[in-house]
Amino acid sequence: MSIDIKNLSVSSAAELLNSGKISAVELCNAFIARIDAIDNQIKAFLKLDRAEIISAAEAADQRHSTGNQLSEFDGIPIAIKDCIVAEGQTCSCASKLLENVVAPYDSTVVAKLRAKGFIPMGRVNMDEFAMGSTCENSAFQKTANPWDTERVPGGSSGGSAASVAASEVPAALGSDTGGSIRQPASFCGCVGLKPTYGRISRYGLVAFASSLDQIGPLTHSVLDAAILLDTIGGHDKRDSTSLPDACEGFAAAVRAVAGKDLTGIKIGLPKEYFSAEGLEPSIKAITDAAIATCKKLGAEIVEVSLPHTKYAISAYYIIATAEASANLARFDGIRYGARAPESKDLVDSYFKSRGAGFGDEVKRRILLGTYVLSSGYYDAYYLKAQKVRTLIRRDFENAAKECNIILTPVAPSVAFKFGEKSDPLQMYLADIFTIALNLAGNCGISVPAAIEPDSGMPVGIQLIAPTLQEKTLLEVAAIFEANREQSEFAANL
Amino acid sequence: METNNSFDVTYVAELARIELNDADKARLQQDMQAIVGYIEQLNEVDVSGIEPTAHAVTLTNVTREDRAGKSVPRETMLANAPATVNDDELIKVPQVLPGEGMA
Repeated sequence: MSIDIKNLSVSSAAELLNSGKISAVELCNAFIARIDAIDNQIKAFLKLDRAEIISAAEAADQRHSTGNQLSEFDGIPIAIKDCIVAEGQTCSCASKLLENVVAPYDSTVVAKLRAKGFIPMGRVNMDEFAMGSTCENSAFQKTANPWDTERVPGGSSGGSAASVAASEVPAALGSDTGGSIRQPASFCGCVGLKPTYGRISRYGLVAFASSLDQIGPLTHSVLDAAILLDTIGGHDKRDSTSLPDACEGFAAAVRAVAGKDLTGIKIGLPKEYFSAEGLEPSIKAITDAAIATCKKLGAEIVEVSLPHTKYAISAYYIIATAEASANLARFDGIRYGARAPESKDLVDSYFKSRGAGFGDEVKRRILLGTYVLSSGYYDAYYLKAQKVRTLIRRDFENAAKECNIILTPVAPSVAFKFGEKSDPLQMYLADIFTIALNLAGNCGISVPAAIEPDSGMPVGIQLIAPTLQEKTLLEVAAIFEANREQSEFAANL
Repeated sequence: METNNSFDVTYVAELARIELNDADKARLQQDMQAIVGYIEQLNEVDVSGIEPTAHAVTLTNVTREDRAGKSVPRETMLANAPATVNDDELIKVPQVLPGEGMA
């Protein structure tokens, strides 16, 4: 049968597959046809191995026909951000330096997806090494926003968000170091979850800032985000920062709140966020309307304070770039990646390969990280930033005493037009609502809330919960999702 | 933003082992000066008596059983090397020590 894949979610695809209405091959072919039809406009995909996907789908159908399916999701495709390795596929991080590198093994998240029958579908675009907020820092292509192709999809997981919003895949994996899942989710009208640091193994995620990076899903629904958290989360002995806590039951929890309201939930509004410089009035209005919706649903609304908010960007850019300068030191064009053709000796080869291989934003961040760690500046910048990080973490701990969930905007504006923002510092300042979470390590989710009337672009709200409180986070997100004024978020493409 | 911080792009790029041409240097010097000027706002925060946070989780001494596991075959790893010698058995690298070029 021919299937309508417009905004088809993981949970709906699973129903179609398990009722026998469609086969995995039909499902995957429908998404491949969609990609072939529109990705020349969206440019979300860097690589797509059609034959490998179909052969995996055939294997899934075989299992379904004998009752041996790996899970109810056996045969559902999912796009993978190009910094998460999948065996036998390229992993370039959208960098010229790693353009033709083929991953020799599966990341833990990809292995867990495969174990449930999910089919990794292509490599989706990103800002080079996950550094950026627009996807414009990709060395290969500029991904467009499916809601308006003159606008950016956000970043760094812009390819993930755009591929989901364009119905090219039912869901995608991204990574979030300072908002790189939540901001593109808001810009593209999808759900983006950044789990608690340590929830999901980072084994096989190319490291940007190891103490901040976390993998998470971008989906059409909160239920799908919960399904994927159940699938990819949990302890991994290959990641020493992986938490021992069980990571399951989230989809069941989300299903269980169907029809419920927010009675008994206290939602905190951090006053510093709502008075932040640069917050567009239209975004504030949409956030206020979302707060009103929560109040109508029975939530108690309280004001809270995160007093060190104004220092979060500085602390973040010091810590993230310091870690990046160390992590990216391994990319020297010797063991893998692009090596500069002419050099007089080994050290010269490092200089030339890195000079030619890295784009401007990556260079800026390596330079900043190198500077803040350099002799004479370490205490003034890096150590100081780590202490400020403690203060920011305490802010969230204190706020958690007064509420279950914090509600904030995701980004100060809707998705901007290509080239509209070019000043690097101004771009960093737009991360104000998302980065503190990565410093504190707790979890957050971006859920579409409304369409901005003037631009016609979607806008999300961010919900934040304390460490390991994803269950409450997803329950509140699902109740909001079921009751928001705008019920459907479908890009007009 | 104009500030007088001491960021020197030539020196830092040398530490980071990134080759930059003069146009890159001029542009990046300006960008970095603005960024460093901004992060200097941390000077106004009082952090006396505050412990630094290095990581969001406080797991310590994570160990595993000391037993050999499966590893990736050499040919798979070397397939990504930019240059190899000895029938793809070794990675070929540029000359390490200064002196006469080797054959």
